[in-house]
Amino acid sequence: MSIHKQKNFRMLAVALLAMGATMSAAQADDDRDERYGWRLGEKSAGKYGGENRGKPLQPAQTNAKFQKECSDCHIAYAPGLLPAESWRKVMAGLDKHFGSDASLDAQDNKEITAFLVNNASNRWSAPTAPLRISETAWFKRKHDGHEISPAVWKNPLVKSPANCAACHPRADRGDFNEHDIRLPK
Amino acid sequence: MFRIFYKLGLVFVAVAGLAAQPAFAETPNEILASIQKEAAGTPGFSAARGESFFKAKHGGEWSCASCHTENPAALGKHAKTGKVIDPLAPSANAERFTSPKKVDKWFKRNCNDVLSRACTPQEKGDVLAYLLTVKK
Ligand code: HEC
Ligand code: HEC
Ligand code: HEC
Repeated sequence: MSIHKQKNFRMLAVALLAMGATMSAAQADDDRDERYGWRLGEKSAGKYGGENRGKPLQPAQTNAKFQKECSDCHIAYAPGLLPAESWRKVMAGLDKHFGSDASLDAQDNKEITAFLVNNASNRWSAPTAPLRISETAWFKRKHDGHEISPAVWKNPLVKSPANCAACHPRADRGDFNEHDIRLPK
Repeated sequence: MFRIFYKLGLVFVAVAGLAAQPAFAETPNEILASIQKEAAGTPGFSAARGESFFKAKHGGEWSCASCHTENPAALGKHAKTGKVIDPLAPSANAERFTSPKKVDKWFKRNCNDVLSRACTPQEKGDVLAYLLTVKK
């Protein structure tokens, strides 16, 4: 190897190492709980009694219809937050959707249902299928009285546990990073 | 030679794009005209009636103004989720009443929420006539 080539090789190696390090740091941040959960829960029903979310991020391959049709009244909740069966139920009852009519035509409904089901939580092992993210065991655990005082929930800027963006500024992208949380004053 | 074909192709795509537009986008007045056809046989639309319909409750918890506010040229706010809603009056929001599919979808949903039934063509026409009189 000429000196020149050696230098290039070293630079490449450093760059690759750096990339690897940032990637695993990012992953660790996102998946710390889950990996811990996997280890603990291997023999039991899994973390949170099996009511565990998958990746909260919007999938890299998103769906334009979903983004448009599911963000008119609230943020488009990332599909990984609920299991497939929950999404099937939500999508089958859009005409009576939490006190509101959110019905879609049959074709749009079919396309969005397929997207949600294909990207649903991959860690859900319980036989349950709640309609609300805010009723799942993982959600309750992360948002219990220990983490958030009752006064915060009464703040009119919060209104509802479903209002993720009140505390998670990038909730619409499925980014719930702990470091960004801002409780409204 | 190839370059020329390529360029012609681009021009064709651009023209096709322009020509395709009117099929999706309509003006609020065109949408009003098609509601008028549905409402054939009724005495015509009234902006004043549309305004009182818009601001009144009809047996339920919400009026149209609960989310679109008393001033449809202003930003609205979803009564349940708090999400901001762009103004409904075409004078304040050029995208309103330009897609028949979108208009139908929301009349169906919102009338169900406010009246527990579909709106009649008369009611829809009155509301749109009213919204068209709202100045920015
Ligand atoms: C017409 C308005 C509207 C549209 C459109 C709409 N939603 Fe909702 N959605 C609501 C309301 C209202 C709630 C209840 C919010 C609350 O309790 O604070 C809700 C709540 C939810 C919840 C439960 C949130 C929680 O954890 O408490 C899910 C999940 C949901 N919607 C999914 C969807 C999906 C998927 C779509 C697209 C197909 C959609 N929504 C479109 C109005 C709408
Ligand atoms: C009132 C404020 C508030 C609302 C509303 C809220 N959260 Fe949170 N959320 C928090 C706090 C505070 C934490 C940190 C808990 C902890 O430290 O373990 C958290 C943690 C999380 C986490 C775990 C993040 C991590 O890095 O471990 C997720 C995922 C999450 N929330 C999702 C949601 C979703 C989805 C919604 C809406 C359906 C929502 N949150 C609504 C305050 C809120
Ligand atoms: C619970 C809240 C709510 C109520 C009540 C409500 N709307 Fe809406 N409306 C919305 C939302 C959300 C949208 C869609 C958001 C957007 O396009 O910015 C919308 C959109 C519309 C549109 C679509 C217009 C277009 O071309 O974009 C029409 C028409 C409409 N509403 C009429 C009405 C009428 C008439 C009533 C009363 C019968 C009513 N709304 C009551 C929330 C509401």
